[in-house]
Amino acid sequence: MQVPAPVEYERALSVDDAIERLTRLGPEARLVAGGHSLLPMMKLRLARPECLIDINGLADLSFIRRDGNVLRIGAMTRHSELLASQVISEVAKIIPDAEAVIADPIVRNRGTVGGSMCQADPAEDLSAVFAALDAMVEIRGPRGTRVVSVNGFHTGPYSTVVEPDEILTEVSFVTQKNLGSAYEKVERRVGDWAIAAAGAVIALQDGKIQRVGIGLAAVGAPDFRASRAEAYLLGKDATPDLFDEAARMASAECNPNSDQRGPSAYKRHLVEVLTRRALDGALSNSKGKAN
Amino acid sequence: MTTTENQANPIGFGRMLRKEDARFLRGKGNYVDDLNLPGMLHGAVLRSPYAHARIKSIDISAAQAHPKVKAVITGEILETLNLAWIPSLSHDVVAVLATDKVRFQGQEVAFVVAEDRYSARDALELIEVDYEVLPPVVDAKKALDKDAPVIRDDIAGKVDNFIFDWESGDKAATDEVFANAAIVVNQDMLYPRVHPAPMETCGAVAYMDPIDQKLTIYSTTQAPHAHRTLYALVAGLPEHKLRVVSPDIGGGFGNKVGIYPGYVLAIVGSILTKRPVKWMEDRSENLMSTSFARDYHMKGSIAASADGKILGLRVDVLADHGAFNNTAQPTKFPAGFFHVFTGSYDLMAAHCSVRGVYTNKAPGGVAYACSFRVTEAVYLVERMVDRLAQELKMDPAELRMKNLLRPEQFPYTSPTGWEYDSGEYPRALRLAMDIAGYEELRKEQAQKRAKGELMGIGISFFTETVGAGPKRHMDILGLGMADGCEVRVHPTGKAVVRLSVQSQGQGHETTFAQIVSEVTGIPPEDIDVVHGDTDNTPFGLGTYGSRSTPVSGAAAAIAARRVVDKARIVASAMLECAPEDLEWEKGRFNIKGDKSVGKTMAEIALGAHGTVELPEGVEGHLNAECVYDPPNLTYPFGAYICVVDVDPATAKVSVRRFIAVDDCGPRINPMIVEGQVHGGLADGVGMALMEVIAFDEDGNNLGASFMDYLIPTSLECPSWETGATVTPSPHHPLGLKGVGESATVGSPPAVVNAVIDALAPYGVKHADMPLTPAQVWQAMQGAPYRTDLAIQ
Ligand SMILES: Cc1cc2nc3c(=O)[nH]c(=O)nc-3n(C[C@H](O)[C@H](O)[C@H](O)COP(=O)(O)OP(=O)(O)OC[C@H]3O[C@@H](n4cnc5c(N)ncnc54)[C@H](O)[C@@H]3O)c2cc1C
Repeated sequence: MQVPAPVEYERALSVDDAIERLTRLGPEARLVAGGHSLLPMMKLRLARPECLIDINGLADLSFIRRDGNVLRIGAMTRHSELLASQVISEVAKIIPDAEAVIADPIVRNRGTVGGSMCQADPAEDLSAVFAALDAMVEIRGPRGTRVVSVNGFHTGPYSTVVEPDEILTEVSFVTQKNLGSAYEKVERRVGDWAIAAAGAVIALQDGKIQRVGIGLAAVGAPDFRASRAEAYLLGKDATPDLFDEAARMASAECNPNSDQRGPSAYKRHLVEVLTRRALDGALSNSKGKAN
Repeated sequence: MTTTENQANPIGFGRMLRKEDARFLRGKGNYVDDLNLPGMLHGAVLRSPYAHARIKSIDISAAQAHPKVKAVITGEILETLNLAWIPSLSHDVVAVLATDKVRFQGQEVAFVVAEDRYSARDALELIEVDYEVLPPVVDAKKALDKDAPVIRDDIAGKVDNFIFDWESGDKAATDEVFANAAIVVNQDMLYPRVHPAPMETCGAVAYMDPIDQKLTIYSTTQAPHAHRTLYALVAGLPEHKLRVVSPDIGGGFGNKVGIYPGYVLAIVGSILTKRPVKWMEDRSENLMSTSFARDYHMKGSIAASADGKILGLRVDVLADHGAFNNTAQPTKFPAGFFHVFTGSYDLMAAHCSVRGVYTNKAPGGVAYACSFRVTEAVYLVERMVDRLAQELKMDPAELRMKNLLRPEQFPYTSPTGWEYDSGEYPRALRLAMDIAGYEELRKEQAQKRAKGELMGIGISFFTETVGAGPKRHMDILGLGMADGCEVRVHPTGKAVVRLSVQSQGQGHETTFAQIVSEVTGIPPEDIDVVHGDTDNTPFGLGTYGSRSTPVSGAAAAIAARRVVDKARIVASAMLECAPEDLEWEKGRFNIKGDKSVGKTMAEIALGAHGTVELPEGVEGHLNAECVYDPPNLTYPFGAYICVVDVDPATAKVSVRRFIAVDDCGPRINPMIVEGQVHGGLADGVGMALMEVIAFDEDGNNLGASFMDYLIPTSLECPSWETGATVTPSPHHPLGLKGVGESATVGSPPAVVNAVIDALAPYGVKHADMPLTPAQVWQAMQGAPYRTDLAIQ
């Protein structure tokens, strides 16, 4: 049994209460959501917060809600709830595609959207998913509520714009009827983090690409996205050659490290293959909706 | 098989549910970590963060001042007790706590005993160790370089990292065969370092009773008797005041054969504090510091005639033994049974040489369904045969059929001196091919290849070498590898069988009851199996190397036969006839020719304990013992076929089918045999595709958690297709051969052969395990990497 360093534990009664406790206890206090990233780090004593503030009781942060053409997901929504949601799979197939290959059922039953975003692991799949969806993130704190884009949300590996006294409350993105999406991941073994992963979101208007997002995980892509490839695709006809070229661009613009999951050249190669597959998948998903 | 088919009530052999599962499935097993003795304290080990460093000083004062700490032990303190170093299992020494240097990352440096586990762990952080970091030896191939740092400067006069050279076979004859052969194929290959990773990590609870001076050690051991004797010899403790108890064990795979520093530290902690001390390692400690397996760098060569008759085999091995030579091998065999590497083939000559070296890695060496290095041997020969098939452009099944030993060649003496007891190899291979639909699979493969799809079919034929072993050849630290058994029938006809071997999940409580049942006719459910407690069982060397059934199974059968022999005498006294006038019918003796007159075992047992007048010289009661020294090893074998698909773009392998035909002689309980095979096949898929402990250039262990050391899940495993042939062992009393490690030994080459076969369109000849997507992709680029080092 790996045992963490001594730690205090408190339970937040509301979002405001959580913020109040964070403010009172200072930067050595940490929110705990699903605990599937924080607790392993504490057991290895890589993280040693002085106090945990448990937000699992905040039922009002657990929702999947359609709000006009915006889809809102509460921070405490579990991976497994995203995976099971009919609304989500209709609106954004990229989410269940990704969720099906995030960790294992035990982790998915507890791990949350907010925890995933705030953990900001460079291989976090949901970061790539929300990058592709051009999502917005709602953050609340003692200085009020702010809504920021996922672009710029991550400030580096394991760090985000969320301040120690703030809490991420919601992730949202704009939906549209013909929005197609897909996610592709290669892992060494089921339940492992990605060697590389790519997600794509696409919508056509009059045959031209009207909206596109390409998210990349585990390959050092700035903001978890392939922005040059996206820019290249926008406004053009969705042809196989175009996708080939976009996939090559995505592969060129990311910046993977070599590690025990594979050498950087292989990861770069995977980005090309997976981006291409994700674009194809997104396009066919979109076409399925148009009919 | 369906569950209902397994729910039978056989007398003797046959499918039946496991007796022990009643408690395991309800979560009522009793493992070392479940023990809580009154007043028990908890220990934690401080480990080295460095692979190689000199210890300049250790300051324990702050840890000692922790309010809940009862003792802090360092190497210096152990030196005063003469316990800082203990003998290894291979004529070396192992540090219990480092005194001069640390020699691998994760090595034990200090031990804290505290009132609870949390405080013990907290106090580790209060110990200050001043290290002078030294350059490590990480790459085994550079261990003998002139300028390599000397790891074992504790050994007087040691100026290099050399451990041993060992060889087997006839070098001159082999050279001659190679010189005259039409075809010679060479292939270097690594069987990388892997870890047994049992579900339960290692641990112990030690209690030295301060009043009667009796030391009881509850520990995760596969060999309680051997441990007791070694504790007595090493620590000078009187053996009658020592009791080793191995309660329920959550998997061993060889990981729990050796004596770990933690066990010794729990004992010392108890002696110093006069209270029970529990030490239980965590997952990372288990992966970093306990016995690994394999780590053989092999240079193989195979010689054949132009039409595919295999003539000779040669291999040079560089064996990475880590920082201490602590492999659990029979004394005479520093490379275990590796020299059985000629496998299942009829060839003229063979030679192997093995060189052992020290590196800055954890010691160990045969764990993980060890079979004493038969795993490495089978991998070598099965890869070489496939390489030969590739060069000859011959079907690998056909090549094997052509060269397999024929039934009439048994008993067969191999070129390196092993006497294979029995085998019908071509029958097993044919059966596997029939189950697989081999010819159809090849057709499908050709069609797929034409479309650019990658499908591979891999075959492996293995001969296992288990049941160590004959005392004249085999001992561990001077203890002969013979095992005892006692069978005692109670007055009402129920029985107890006491064994020296210890189950780690193999189902001994069921199978040994079935063995005794087979011989005595007493139903298995009426036979209690006692094991794992040195106070309650006869001496023996324990369970590893698939030796329980071949050795203790024989002891149990013979003891049971002795019971039946005595039962005949008792029955004859009861029936007032001559013993020869009785006829045995499983479970009862009848008057010859008249089944209506007889006595059941229960009646006989009551008679034996009652007032029946027995013949002169025959004592009452109904029990017997046996100490079994096996005349030879047993040689289970099998034919495995693996079918894989490889995604040409991502290089990811998926195992589509796996066909395993095993011949382990008669099957005591076919359900348990299949379970053993299923587990071993999963092991094999794991080793072939994902398991490895690599080290970076600083000697950091890159497989120190389950996020880094991957073991397969059900999703990587196909639905196993098993088959059986039965070739009894001629020398085992019941013909049994053992099956614990067959699938682990036999399956990795089948998977690797399948993947390499799939990659044939890319001209790939070999890539070392594990065949992760990255490694397969590298192989497709013509540049597979070394899997023992960090990926660049
Ligand atoms: C074995 C295993 C495999 C995994 N594999 C994958 C994978 O393949 N892909 C993948 O994407 N992920 C994977 N994960 C991570 C998993 O998705 C985690 O659950 C997730 O990263 C964190 O969510 P959590 O709710 O458990 O966060 P926690 O562990 O509770 O918290 C993580 C961090 O976020 C902070 N935090 C949590 N909620 C909030 C909030 N609302 N506002 C502000 N800060 C907050 C915490 O303070 C903490 O610093 C894996 C995890 C495990 C254990």
